Amino acid sequence: MNPFVTETGLAVPLDRVNVDTDAIIPKQFLKRIERTGFGQFLFYDWRLTAEGAPNPAFVLNQPQYAGATVLIAGRNFGSGSSREHAPWALADYGFRAIIAPSYADIFYNNCFQNGLLPVVLPEETVAELMRRAAQPGYRVTVDLQSCTVSDDQGLSVPFTVDEFRRHRLLHGLDEIGMTLQHEGAITAYESRRSSRMPHLG
Amino acid sequence: MAPRTMFEKLWDRHLVMQEEGKPALLYIDLHLVHEVTSPQAFDELRMAGRPVRRPDLTVATMDHNVPTWDRALPMTDEISIRQVEALQRNCEAFGITLYDLYSPRQGIVHVIGPELGLTQPGMTIVCGDSHTSTHGAFGSLAFGIGTSEVEHVLATQCLVQKKPKSMEVRVTGALPPGTTAKDLILGIIGQIGTDGATGYVIEYTGEAVRSLSMEGRMTICNMTIEAGARAGMIAPDEITFAYVKGRPHAPQGEAWEEAVADWRTLTTDPGATYDRVIEFDATRLVPNVSWGTNPGQVIPVDGVIPDPTGFADPAQRKAAEAALAYMALTPGTPVSQVKVDRVFIGSCTNGRIEDLRAAAAVARGRRVANGVSAMVVPGSGQVKLQAEAEGLHEVFLAAGFEWREAGCSMCLGMNPDILQPGERCAATSNRNFEGRQGKGGRTHLVSPAMAAAAAIAGHFVDVRELMAEGGGAA
Repeated sequence: MNPFVTETGLAVPLDRVNVDTDAIIPKQFLKRIERTGFGQFLFYDWRLTAEGAPNPAFVLNQPQYAGATVLIAGRNFGSGSSREHAPWALADYGFRAIIAPSYADIFYNNCFQNGLLPVVLPEETVAELMRRAAQPGYRVTVDLQSCTVSDDQGLSVPFTVDEFRRHRLLHGLDEIGMTLQHEGAITAYESRRSSRMPHLG
Repeated sequence: MAPRTMFEKLWDRHLVMQEEGKPALLYIDLHLVHEVTSPQAFDELRMAGRPVRRPDLTVATMDHNVPTWDRALPMTDEISIRQVEALQRNCEAFGITLYDLYSPRQGIVHVIGPELGLTQPGMTIVCGDSHTSTHGAFGSLAFGIGTSEVEHVLATQCLVQKKPKSMEVRVTGALPPGTTAKDLILGIIGQIGTDGATGYVIEYTGEAVRSLSMEGRMTICNMTIEAGARAGMIAPDEITFAYVKGRPHAPQGEAWEEAVADWRTLTTDPGATYDRVIEFDATRLVPNVSWGTNPGQVIPVDGVIPDPTGFADPAQRKAAEAALAYMALTPGTPVSQVKVDRVFIGSCTNGRIEDLRAAAAVARGRRVANGVSAMVVPGSGQVKLQAEAEGLHEVFLAAGFEWREAGCSMCLGMNPDILQPGERCAATSNRNFEGRQGKGGRTHLVSPAMAAAAAIAGHFVDVRELMAEGGGAA
């Protein structure tokens, strides 16, 4: 997994609450068996009109946000389906971090598996970032080492993230490899399990 | 030992390891796999040269993108074929039991797990699918995971998990006649919101829950994810044991007695406390219909489309405005005046035999309204066989419904069953998100009886009125 240490980049405001993973990546693109190439389908139904032309009203299509790497969104971002294609699409499109007041649990977990940092900040801070990101060229820094979000207009706010996840993301560690280091504990559990609950197989 | 909730008992029982300040390593008793969220996990496993640790605790089926037309006809979508074939290959290579398209046991993963007796009280169950919460109806801890976690479970049979908080949703009173588990869970989500339970595992308690069948309990736990919860669970009881007993993978003989004795110890101890408790009054429940683009945007069938200006929270007001624009609805319109083009009865929420019976009871002796296209998609091959043994398919066909093969179908429209832009659908599924059933499609979530009633009337209608009339030619 790619590590995440710090990211300074263009911020794009997606001022909606409850953005679900069906919106992030519609189902017709879940049939691929690869893990890459999903960026072109990100927010597909919002980015394209019914006729298949780019929808100029959608924020990601506005030229000032080309190349954005930080997505600012409303609360409960990533709700609904567990599809990991959602963070795959966001990361493949070029996003490195998301800033929102809250996330759905499964989506939040999935981000950490893909080097994508979901930052939680209070509603009013996110609203302020949305206002600033409405201006052309607004850049923000998300630093996982110091756990702060800052800009060059004097904003600097701390965020918290689970220490285990932070460590793993900073170093891009493979979670499976980490778990397999506990092989002894797993085998011991399995032997307790089959003697205590033989019906479980 | 201090009194514990059922969730805490299940959590403790599955702890492989808990290091100070770190998430837990949790053992997984059953891993369900389907074609859409698994190919990348198997690929990575292969690239890392890792085996599947416990193929005997892993079971796969094909459900999400399979056509529901005649199984004798081939699949036509090349990309779907590739995905289905990948699952076939992966299951063969790693020694995993697969209920494929032509197995009489094929069906929606959350329908066949319980049907096969794979789902049992006290288990931890995961699947790369958010509606894995369904299995919590048996008193198991069951939740959806992403593809990276699918790979993690395949490789280690464990998951790295931070302990969620616990919530009791106490349903007081009994369900009024004409209302169902679906109306109840829609009502609960409407009350607490789509992120009302984020970070929590919900245990549903109270008489209304206890009196539900396993099918009803599965409907409740299934949609628990729509309130943002990690999982939903209901304590196992005689109804649970009766459902599990005798199923292909259920313990037999002496092992059965031992298992039941163990399962009885899983219930929440008197005096145990939850991090949060919510009460829901079932006595005032009426059949519900969703009006917006998330499952928390719900109103009673005798209500009117809400006015966004009535929402105090600006974000909710904006969301309501966007939802009404997408749904092409005007505030103040009675729900009963909203016409439907399509009706979908099925899904892991409401595709079980009891759901089909409820829909057939309404459809019996009546006709689908002109201009409405209605389909019934059984949740599994076994549900289909059972329904046919009871003659339900004849009821549906005589009423003008289509009778299909099992799969996820129009719940998420990964297969050919999709809404056309602008079409409005009464659906028994779980999500009314924009584009969920097809780009531009408009979904209203209802119970199976309400969906059948909408098919007959051509618009939403209070099913209690139809029930009062009695069946046309029953």
